Amino acid sequence: MKINLNSKLFNAPIAIALLALPFIIDALFGHGWVRITDFALLYIMLALGLNIVVGYAGLLDLGYIAFFAVGAYTYALLGSPQFGLHWPMVVTLPLGALIACGFGVLLGAPTLKLRGDYLAIVTLGFGEIIRIFLNNLNAPVNITNGPQGISAIDPLQIGSFSFGNSYEWMGMRVDDVHLHYYLFLAFTLLVIFVSRRLEDSRIGRAWVAIREDEVAASAMGVNTRNIKLLAFAMGATFGGISGGLFAGFQGFVSPESFSLMESIMVLCMVVLGGMGNVGGVVLGGVILVALPELFRNAAGPVQQALLGKVVVDPESLRMLMFGLALILVMLWRPAGLWPSTQRRREFDADDGVLQQEQETVYDASK
Amino acid sequence: MTPPSEYLIELRNVGKHFGGVVALADVSLHIKQGEIYGLIGPNGAGKTTLFNVVTGLYQLDSGAFDFAGKRYTHCKPHLLAQAGIARTFQNIRLFANMSALENIMVGRHLRTHTGIWGALTRHAAARAEERATVQRARELLDYVGIDRAHQTLAKHLSYGEQRRLEIARALATEPKLLALDEPAAGMNATETVALKALLQKIRASGITVLLIEHDVKLIMGLCDRVAVLDYGKKIAEGVPEEVRRDKAVIAAYLGGEVA
Repeated sequence: MKINLNSKLFNAPIAIALLALPFIIDALFGHGWVRITDFALLYIMLALGLNIVVGYAGLLDLGYIAFFAVGAYTYALLGSPQFGLHWPMVVTLPLGALIACGFGVLLGAPTLKLRGDYLAIVTLGFGEIIRIFLNNLNAPVNITNGPQGISAIDPLQIGSFSFGNSYEWMGMRVDDVHLHYYLFLAFTLLVIFVSRRLEDSRIGRAWVAIREDEVAASAMGVNTRNIKLLAFAMGATFGGISGGLFAGFQGFVSPESFSLMESIMVLCMVVLGGMGNVGGVVLGGVILVALPELFRNAAGPVQQALLGKVVVDPESLRMLMFGLALILVMLWRPAGLWPSTQRRREFDADDGVLQQEQETVYDASK
Repeated sequence: MTPPSEYLIELRNVGKHFGGVVALADVSLHIKQGEIYGLIGPNGAGKTTLFNVVTGLYQLDSGAFDFAGKRYTHCKPHLLAQAGIARTFQNIRLFANMSALENIMVGRHLRTHTGIWGALTRHAAARAEERATVQRARELLDYVGIDRAHQTLAKHLSYGEQRRLEIARALATEPKLLALDEPAAGMNATETVALKALLQKIRASGITVLLIEHDVKLIMGLCDRVAVLDYGKKIAEGVPEEVRRDKAVIAAYLGGEVA
């Protein structure tokens, strides 16, 4: 049974809460946390894009961050002193999404016959190729400015309204981090809407069918090649949009931001939150952005208070705790914190026994 | 000589090998429109290989394969499904974590057209198609007699129900030829009788059936014609009574020398 989350998402209390959120966070925790919230939204968009590829279609993609990079560099190259171009956001953002989509198909096409571990290794390679290209495209012709990256990128701007400025409305000061929050929220809601609509459609069913049994899906007339490419393309498009927004928000991009570790982080959001479930993926994104930040801020002072000095560097402790959290979640909630009903069934322990029993019955009947 | 149009499917001198193992050698089959055609033979005789060739999962090494008057010798599975060949699998390959209804809805994929745009906007035509898909899926569940299980996950259905669901999913693609790989495996006597009735109903609706089966009683009582494979070769073909008395067939099954 499919519950229509679309209508629920837009009900009034939630809408008001989402609109007030940056001000609440600002008042309670300070400015820095609004910025972190903005990043959380960018990551949620990324995770939702990857969720289409991994969660719905079941294609393990370890190079997903490459599409984020393509979107970010498209925006950066067309809106910075690098080439002296200052194209408006309404052009560069869709263009970045489109180019990322093209890369999605380009990288998806050679991997169509691969599954599981092999697919993961090849996509991992593709992700690294993009990053290394960006790192080295500063000679003989300087395109990406190499490891130095591109700075002084134009802020996100629609017409004369810049999201990078502060405005005063009716005596209320609205800062750039707040404005970015609303912009990112709008895009995130759009991505959620698209995900939900696709999930519950002919295309979404074909994705799940491929995930469940590719051979049977093709025998039932699903053109597995096209449907898989569509998953790669849709996922990459979301990544490209998120990347463009990231470049405009940050004002600076360098290849460092698009390492394998980032791909793994996004994958963790999907897996930890609940593969295939939009709500779970959003939850995963929030947790994996917020918790490490929380930890970074808290680890130092807590050690100081308890032990009188900082014994372990908060940064390394952060990764340690992150690993521990992952292990605990996988032990107790293997389908993720908030799994889709379908995935929960897959991980259901009783089902495993049932399955085995049926297989035995089948073997015996032969 | 009969005119070729009489045959729905024609295999001519089909060969398939895996490395040094010859799975099919020079097999020719002609199946008429509207008949139930049985394929029997000992384990490893090449029956399932033949199925996989006919449904595009394997590409054949030699020979030719025509369906409904067109050449499909090297063709992708989804195009063969499009052409009108649907199948079930020996070791049941349902979409285990989808409901029975959703399984059949995937079978409708081929005959529906809603794309990304339709899915996003849910315009009138897309909604109408979705409603029709659900409607048709319910009808097919009812047709194979498991309507009450429409919300049940495929993997939670009983063995007989899973076999029936696979048939329903195949029927959803609107096939001309329904290829069933051991549909009675794992069924008890009552279920087998019900299956027989179902297959007769399907044939009566104008669909040609190609059937692999070990249950000789079922084959003999159901099929118009039967072919026997042994070690990748066709050793006999004809009406069930004839085939049953064929010396080569008896030898193949009992392991004796051919007299």
